Amino acid sequence: MEMENTVENVAFNLLKLAVIYLPEDVKQALQKAYSDETSDAGKTQLKAILDNIEFAEKYQTPICQDTGTIIFYIKAGAKAKNLDRIKGALTKATRKATSDVPLRPNAVNPFTQKNSGDNTGRLIPWINWEIVPGDEVEITVLPKGGGAENTCIMGMLVPGEGYRGVKKFIIDAVMKAGAKPCPPNILGIGIGGGSDIAMKIAKKALLRPLNVPNSDPEIEKLEKQVLEAVNMTGIGPMGLGGKITVLGVNIDYAYRHPASYPAAVAFNCWAARRATARISADGTVEYLTHKV
Amino acid sequence: MAVYKLKTPISEEEIRKLKVNDVLYVSGTIFTARDQAHKRALEYFKQGKVLPLNLEGLAAFHCGPIVKKKEDGWTIVAAGPTTSTRMEIFEDEFIKSFKIRVVIGKGGMGKRTTEAMTKFGAVYGAFTGGAAVLAAKAVKSVKRVEWLDLGMPEAMWILEVEEFGPLTVAIDSHGNNLFMEVQKKVEENRQKVYQKLGLST
Repeated sequence: MEMENTVENVAFNLLKLAVIYLPEDVKQALQKAYSDETSDAGKTQLKAILDNIEFAEKYQTPICQDTGTIIFYIKAGAKAKNLDRIKGALTKATRKATSDVPLRPNAVNPFTQKNSGDNTGRLIPWINWEIVPGDEVEITVLPKGGGAENTCIMGMLVPGEGYRGVKKFIIDAVMKAGAKPCPPNILGIGIGGGSDIAMKIAKKALLRPLNVPNSDPEIEKLEKQVLEAVNMTGIGPMGLGGKITVLGVNIDYAYRHPASYPAAVAFNCWAARRATARISADGTVEYLTHKV
Repeated sequence: MAVYKLKTPISEEEIRKLKVNDVLYVSGTIFTARDQAHKRALEYFKQGKVLPLNLEGLAAFHCGPIVKKKEDGWTIVAAGPTTSTRMEIFEDEFIKSFKIRVVIGKGGMGKRTTEAMTKFGAVYGAFTGGAAVLAAKAVKSVKRVEWLDLGMPEAMWILEVEEFGPLTVAIDSHGNNLFMEVQKKVEENRQKVYQKLGLST
């Protein structure tokens, strides 16, 4: 029971922190974008973005009205107790955050079009589970807006083209998306695995902070190359023209089937919200993305 | 680039002065309308039913706000723009039927809307996507809500605003569309970008 309450409280705090305060790495990247941008329209947009971030913190209100679909990532220590209670606690926390923060109710039945009103419904909030050694539970929330979700794309590419094909796939996706995903964006790229796996790792790649380089130097090079190329498109902040179209590119991969080359691009908007906390077996809580 | 401050209801003559890249601030009454509100309003029009609000000269805001109920009404918590292209299938009819003068949203709109804006006199004002707190700060009060049965984001929220903006005029009433101009430039850059990635054929 105690564990359940802790999870519920922590998840509520994470939702609140995530939608009001952007992580430091994202804020820094946006400030840098503002000083690097040369187009007038682009600079006006970035100024509005920075002002908005400041006001959100000052008035303790969500940065963006679209507080997203609620997605959790759980790293569950194999020796942690009451793991079967976590799902219930996360659902309760989601309902409480919806009424108290508040979050916009964004869970709609796809057949009846009825909005549940509390951000919960069949399979929502969505929980990604990972079992890890130890007795701690790490909770991450990724409230991701609809605009940047609508431009996410997965493709089954031609294996013979290798990762050249992936590069083209990414560029074409960004050019097609244009202003829609609220640029400057962060791109999560998933390569390999399978159709579902590619998108899963693409979206999860959005959790890596912008100031943490890829652990593989070759992929880090590819990330930089794609970032520079995307910023040559001229789409710019909010698609009104300029040189800052993306803030970062995070790539992850899985081994693929010889006959398949799946690739996925997960867009995140400039309001790239995420928050993580770790709960120890004794109930101590440590917030990893935000100062509390 | 000129800066305009207009109060609703806005006349056709006033709105025709605006050109793309101008900056606009709107004061007075505006209303939110997303997919479902557009759909219902046009159905009302077809059936000859009277809308709960006379929209002539007003600004339609593509927005699904977060609204909190208080004792004597409602407060807007966050109210940034939503992606406007979803409303492209409705907007030309909407402009024609209701004589709205400003459409506020993000991401721009297409050819049909641009043509309707030229023909009937209206502009598209791009508001920074996600800048929900900036927007909420300009909302002085929620006058009332209609069609709440559509859900909080899709309902029609009637708002009293003061200097709502900055809105970048991205479609004017003279056939100019800033987003389409940027798209054209982006397309021209495509080969250069491919080359950068070693993809040139």
